[in-house]
Amino acid sequence: MTCALLPPFLPASIGGAVEFIFEPQSSNVTGGKEVGGLAQVIELTITQLEVTAIALAISMAVALPIGLYLGHRGVGETLAIGLGNVGRAVPELALIAFMAAAIGVGMLNVSIALAVLGIPPILTNAYVGIRQVDPAMVDAARGIGMTEAEILFRVEMPLAVPTVMAGIRGATIAIVATATIAPLAGVLTLGDFIINRNVYGADGLLAGGILVALLALTLELLLAWAQRLLTSRGLRLNAA
Amino acid sequence: MVSAILMMPLAAAGEVGESFFKERTSETLPCQATDKLFCFDWAKENIGRYGTPTVQHLELVLISVVVGFAIAFALALLAHRRRWLRPPLLAITGVIYTVPSLAFFFLLLPITGLGRDTVVIALSAYTLQIIYRNALAGLANVPAATRDAARGMGMTEGQILWRVELPLAVPEIVAGLRIATVSTVAIATLAVFAQGGGLGQPIYTSAGLTFKTNIIIAGGIAMLMAFVFDLTLLAIQRYATPWRKAARG
Repeated sequence: MTCALLPPFLPASIGGAVEFIFEPQSSNVTGGKEVGGLAQVIELTITQLEVTAIALAISMAVALPIGLYLGHRGVGETLAIGLGNVGRAVPELALIAFMAAAIGVGMLNVSIALAVLGIPPILTNAYVGIRQVDPAMVDAARGIGMTEAEILFRVEMPLAVPTVMAGIRGATIAIVATATIAPLAGVLTLGDFIINRNVYGADGLLAGGILVALLALTLELLLAWAQRLLTSRGLRLNAA
Repeated sequence: MVSAILMMPLAAAGEVGESFFKERTSETLPCQATDKLFCFDWAKENIGRYGTPTVQHLELVLISVVVGFAIAFALALLAHRRRWLRPPLLAITGVIYTVPSLAFFFLLLPITGLGRDTVVIALSAYTLQIIYRNALAGLANVPAATRDAARGMGMTEGQILWRVELPLAVPEIVAGLRIATVSTVAIATLAVFAQGGGLGQPIYTSAGLTFKTNIIIAGGIAMLMAFVFDLTLLAIQRYATPWRKAARG
């Protein structure tokens, strides 16, 4: 009795998926219990956002100080760049499964697992962003008597915003995408429609794909907008 | 407790089979029963069963990256000549890049169903942005003086592209290809959800999801594959740009 796989061509339609998102459907697996519908979609979306937010907060709390400090001191290039490269090679499914088996399931444990994906891009970009700042500007800041902390916070960081934000955006997209498989570790996100496909059916599967895609695109747009707000006006003029 | 929760979605999905692990191992090995991080005895006996998933994984990555590269490279050549194409192409590839691959698999459900083709389409679409951006930047970074010199020597536009601009853009093009390939190796573990096989297959089973040795082996093979691809591409780049060796000293 190996995996009872579904037939490759499932009778999914866009119309059916949209209906699934807005109206609860009766499922033949749950004994007549209704699945889908806007209430469940909202509940799962909130969980996915919650786990993404916690994971992102952990990644930023770990990676930003290290990346900014190393960048300011100009040391640890191998660590900062190498970590980013290794991070890209971590297989998402193995990471979630391993962390669930090693540290356990639940919201916080999944967030920690997801934070592992967020740390490399944030750390690398924070480091690169600070290092890219024109050394002449740092010299000028030192020349007018700024302390090291002032140089970091008032000169280097504002100039590094676009690069640092690119790292945070990359981390967010990686985390929210992988949060889709969080149901494997007991946290019911929108991925439940995908992983529990026999309960939700083909329309639920397609609906899951649509919802996860929309969620990721929305987050990306919001972060792009936040990046514009955070970038100082002088830099924006230069880019235009 | 943990394993019970982990198995719930699988059991509901009807994808839980007879334990993947009891098929060949006649008896439970001592280190399999304990909660050890890695069970060498089990690994020694069972390493063979990772052969097929590894080959499938390799196929998924190779086909996806080759298809993605062909399309992205063509787009970059087009945009290199026709400047007005750049903003729309960047936006389109950017949207595709942002859509999580796992979602992309199921967006294709009404069109291509499930299976390897769907996975290949989604993975190659994912690589477009990375390769396209790097290739275009590589071509744009060729110094105008170099281009002028080539024109002064009487080269045609085609000759300039193929014999001057592209060779000089090789490092950037390969850099994009490396990022795309390494990411694709990692993401291809998700192919199992779209019934596309690969190294996600041994992980996504009832017993496999909670057996750390299994996850480490499957995940380890994927990471190793990523590093081998990365080093191979780097070697190709060094071989293809011998003039940089002189500059490196």
